[in-house]
Amino acid sequence: MISQFFVLSQRGDNIVFRDYRGEVPKGSAEIFFRKVKFWKEDGEEEAPPVFNVDAVNYFHVKVAGLLFVATTRVNVSPSLVLELLQRIARVIKDYLGVLNEDSLRKNFVLVYELLDEVIDFGYVQTTSTEVLKSYVFNEPIVVEAARLPTLGPAAMFMQGTKKMPGTAVTKSVVANEPGGRKREEIFVDIIEKISVTFSSSGYILTSEIDGTIQMKSYLTGNPEIRLALNEDLSIGRDGRSIYGYSSSAGAGTVILDDCNFHESVHLDSFDVDRTLTLVAPDGEFPVMNYRMTQEFKPPFRINALIEEAGSLRAEVILKIRADFSSSITANTVLVQMPVPTYTTRVSFELEPGAVGNTTDFREANKRIEWGLKKVVGGSEHTLRAKLTLSQESHGNIMREAGPVSMTFAIPMYNASRLQVRYLQIEKKTKTHNPYRWVRYVTQANSYVARI
Amino acid sequence: MSPPAQPQKSPSPSQPSGKGEVSDLKLQLRQLAGSRAPGTDDAKRELFKKVISYMTVGIDVSSLFSEMVMCSATSDTVLKKMCYLYVGNYAKGNPDLALLTINFLQKDCRDEDPMIRGLALRSLCSLRVANLVEYLVGPMGSGLKDNNGYVRTVATIGVLKLYHISSTTCIDADFPSMLKDLMLNDPDAQVVANCLSALQEIWSLEASTSEEASREREALLSKPVIYYLLNRIKDFSEWAQCLVLDLVVKYIPSDSNEIFDIMNLLEDRLQHANGAVVLATIKVFLHLTLSMTDVHQQVYERIKAPLLTLVSSGSQELSYAVLCHLHLLVMRAPILFSSDYKHFYCQYNEPFYVKKLKLEMLTAVANESNTYEIVTELCEYAANVDVPIARESIRAVGKIALQQYDVNAIVDRLLQFLEMDKDHVTAETLVLVKDLLRKYPQWSHDCIAVVGNISSKNVQEPKAKAALIWMLGEYSQDISDAPYILESLVENWEDEHSAEVRLHLLTAVLKCFLRRPPETQKALGAALAAGLADSHQDVHDRALFYYRLLQYNVNVTERVVDPPKQAVSVFADTQSSEIKDRIFDEFNSLSVVYQKPSYMFTDKEHRGPFEFSEELGSLSVGVESAHNVIPAQRVDANDNDLLLSTSEKEENKGPSSNGSSYNAPVYDGSISLTVSQTQTETPYSSPALPTQASQSTLAIDDLLGLGLPAAPSPVPPPLKLNVRAALDPNTFQRKWGQLPVSLTQECSINPQGIAALTTPQVLIRHMQGHSIHCIASGGQAPNFKFFFFAQKAEEPAGFFLVECVINTSSSKAQIKVKADDQSTSQVFSDLFQSALSKFGKL
Repeated sequence: MISQFFVLSQRGDNIVFRDYRGEVPKGSAEIFFRKVKFWKEDGEEEAPPVFNVDAVNYFHVKVAGLLFVATTRVNVSPSLVLELLQRIARVIKDYLGVLNEDSLRKNFVLVYELLDEVIDFGYVQTTSTEVLKSYVFNEPIVVEAARLPTLGPAAMFMQGTKKMPGTAVTKSVVANEPGGRKREEIFVDIIEKISVTFSSSGYILTSEIDGTIQMKSYLTGNPEIRLALNEDLSIGRDGRSIYGYSSSAGAGTVILDDCNFHESVHLDSFDVDRTLTLVAPDGEFPVMNYRMTQEFKPPFRINALIEEAGSLRAEVILKIRADFSSSITANTVLVQMPVPTYTTRVSFELEPGAVGNTTDFREANKRIEWGLKKVVGGSEHTLRAKLTLSQESHGNIMREAGPVSMTFAIPMYNASRLQVRYLQIEKKTKTHNPYRWVRYVTQANSYVARI
Repeated sequence: MSPPAQPQKSPSPSQPSGKGEVSDLKLQLRQLAGSRAPGTDDAKRELFKKVISYMTVGIDVSSLFSEMVMCSATSDTVLKKMCYLYVGNYAKGNPDLALLTINFLQKDCRDEDPMIRGLALRSLCSLRVANLVEYLVGPMGSGLKDNNGYVRTVATIGVLKLYHISSTTCIDADFPSMLKDLMLNDPDAQVVANCLSALQEIWSLEASTSEEASREREALLSKPVIYYLLNRIKDFSEWAQCLVLDLVVKYIPSDSNEIFDIMNLLEDRLQHANGAVVLATIKVFLHLTLSMTDVHQQVYERIKAPLLTLVSSGSQELSYAVLCHLHLLVMRAPILFSSDYKHFYCQYNEPFYVKKLKLEMLTAVANESNTYEIVTELCEYAANVDVPIARESIRAVGKIALQQYDVNAIVDRLLQFLEMDKDHVTAETLVLVKDLLRKYPQWSHDCIAVVGNISSKNVQEPKAKAALIWMLGEYSQDISDAPYILESLVENWEDEHSAEVRLHLLTAVLKCFLRRPPETQKALGAALAAGLADSHQDVHDRALFYYRLLQYNVNVTERVVDPPKQAVSVFADTQSSEIKDRIFDEFNSLSVVYQKPSYMFTDKEHRGPFEFSEELGSLSVGVESAHNVIPAQRVDANDNDLLLSTSEKEENKGPSSNGSSYNAPVYDGSISLTVSQTQTETPYSSPALPTQASQSTLAIDDLLGLGLPAAPSPVPPPLKLNVRAALDPNTFQRKWGQLPVSLTQECSINPQGIAALTTPQVLIRHMQGHSIHCIASGGQAPNFKFFFFAQKAEEPAGFFLVECVINTSSSKAQIKVKADDQSTSQVFSDLFQSALSKFGKL
């Protein structure tokens, strides 16, 4: 049972504000914003998603630079409220196509309309875009997706926060397209976030893949959809230690540790032929989330070295190797490494002929950053950085720097080898042949090499 | 990411200046009100939008009320909705004007379009104006009977809104029983869910005054209702499923078959992508199996994977909420998670609050087989550039060292930290080394060799400095230049801002003096002089105390300040197990995130429906307690006074009640006096008595302030109970939540008793004959559950609370006693059991 819902801009302005129960005193939005902005409690600098001020509980999630907030005085389930906030953001995005401050401001009346139906007197009624359609009358004012990078399909995945890989398309579920007709299409995205930690000797300490099969349907008439995954997919690593790393499980077998499904998914034939059946509701939703700790080949190898080079000088050598097929290109690659706090200057030296590389020394947090626009599979890149230090480094400079972390996105590549074998859409008429898009992308979640 | 709104293009100017615009709007609205020209609706839409955007920003546009209402005569749904939103926001502040809207809302409630009917009804209920409720009852009644599901969902929540505006109107119109009917018969799952929400809230609020309401509330937990809801669980939306699952948690199945049926039915809910559903299901599983140890353990194994999946999928915020719950489970049963430790490794980009939880989990699951790897990982974080995490990691290493048998390697690592030469690392490590030495004095040799090399000038943090000084004092015989280091510290007395450090310095210098008098004499003199002149009361007192002690007798001083010490076996847990249990009872709530039970952070009136029901809600208020309610209310005011006076008494008891009033082994004023006398006097009056004296001197010397040792409890006098004791259920609930369990016992019941126990009432009457009163009871054969209370005859605040679970098939009773005065709980428990044993024999 929640008391209020509001959305704040980065500057703390109310964009929408809805009070459902009138239990929380006025000024809650200001109290919340001040608290989040100046959070300082036992060394933390970032406010946790849930906190309590004067017996009022504040929940918030950050989506597209906006703060979605709920308040309540009751001891509710935190995951319910946070999930709800996330879901409200998704519904709004389904309606508006693009979710950002501008689109929200232009469509705030529509958003109020949605909010009225989503929550009544603090109780959740529905968050299904499909169901909401019949209650909502405002037409969305479509906003152009601002500054959408044009780097190919994967760039679109890069929107939003790290853990909520963005949207398949920035098209409203309800708005008609300029032609007046809606294009029949369906997007299925297999998005994998990988986490790998390499020891200083290059040995893999931990690795995990967190994947989502995300669907966004623009099909009319809610046809039944069949989604077939790898036939030899197995789930659960019974009894064995999760980090067994025995590749004896057989080449090609994909073993998931665990997975969960959207409620529209029927699993009747899943055990037999690994097929998911569902009637896709409108809007964007995760069909399936999965987690895998089975050994996999990390897409990048990182080599990092720091050594003293005379008094008050040190040298860093960073080397990355793309361990995937040359037909695939990773983009928006960024390598970062903290250097000793007493570093005053850094000069960089790239390989001859390097293109699309950027280098930077972040003075404030004493970090070097190396950006590579594109990395083709099989290639290797090196960066040398010469550091000038303001004090002697007691002989253990290794302890003062690192670890190296890396972010990237690799379209049409998935580390787990989980595949969509086919995507079948129930045919309404003979001529009915919707567009189907099945896309893969792998992103770094926490990709770290220790030195 | 978010470009500022441009006022010239956007219809929602970000900051209108206020008054001028509002009166301008007023004029424009007036012009449009009567107009029937084409395009009027579009113009109205634009104006309405402006009004609502002002409202959002916080500008008061209530002065437009009558104009808005005048403009609302329209068939345009979008316009209507905006108008409803406006009216709902301002009606409360303008009750007279709100009357204007009643007419058109009532008319809309009869519209052909169910959409409009629903909207109008919702707005009508949202007016929150008490003197308009009479207009509500009619539309609400027809809304509940509407043939459209949407209208009914609106009407069911509407009943709840009405209840909050005027509870009597709602009850008198008999709406709750209509809801009950709908809940069990409506084909629309959302209507059912809303009925459940509304009824839970209404009955819980009514239950305090009406016995019928509490019976109704209890009826929600009856088998037919629960089964009806469970069987259609998949018809409900994911949110309504959470609601049903929250209700099921409170249901008490009659046997284990039922438990397994429920669990099998809900098994696939664990695969749901919505974390809220999964956590609600987990709560059901955990609570159902509490009494079945091995099944409970299986549940832990079963829920591990889904929880880990939820932690790693979804947004960072959600994964935090789930992680908090995982943390709770790991802390409860670390052994079950010891092979999953790698999941608790921190990722570099995680926020501090996530890393902190993970570090605690790593600490908890460390055992012989994984300690090496865990500590290796933690050492990586300790060297990290992220200072707060580095500190936490060092603390974690230290905690692991304190809980392990083989600390060898860990001590080495800690000592390596000291060589890293980072100030924050050194500081944290010093504190830990001190704790380690208190537990493993055998390591002193290795540690002292390293600690002795640390320059006290590099240690600035008070805690670390205090630790270093403690070690200098404690091991002054092993550190060759200890007296001189201490001396230089004493010389800088004035610059030392922390009283804690100065206190430690006094003690350390004195200890050093007792072991190496000639070298320390000068420092001691300076320290005592500085201490006596200190403006801080504690420092001054300690200096004075040492000074007089030394004057009195140096040997006694040594026994007081520097007695031989026993190694600490276990450091006290920061949170009592009672509190932890309560948090576990409140699984899937904010209590888990805050790591506090709900009574610590919510106001009483917002504890939520069924808040206490794990204990009481599911049980009927006993027949006898109905009689008690009346005297209880009569004494209520009186009772509050009594409570106040006891708390004052607590304060006056002074040092012997060491902060926590519940644990204080204090009988009454006179005894507490003798206790404190023994403690302060023994060292003087009987310096020859070794054990007793050293025990109490240890307390004085204790650097961590562990408090005074418990005095041997005197033989308790016979207990007399108040025949007419009274306690109202709310006070009982509060006490039950706050007091720790002082006794848990099991006893058997004689066969005659079992035979007589056909209904709870018989036993309740019997116990009342022994001045033990029932406040709530419930259950069916073979399981009965009772909550009793009793009161000491002479002491109005001396309450005993008892939870008594009787299983008639095993003839056993399990008794949990909580008491205001714990020292008498054993006596009371004996009395209780003897009363119980007489049951059936009379």
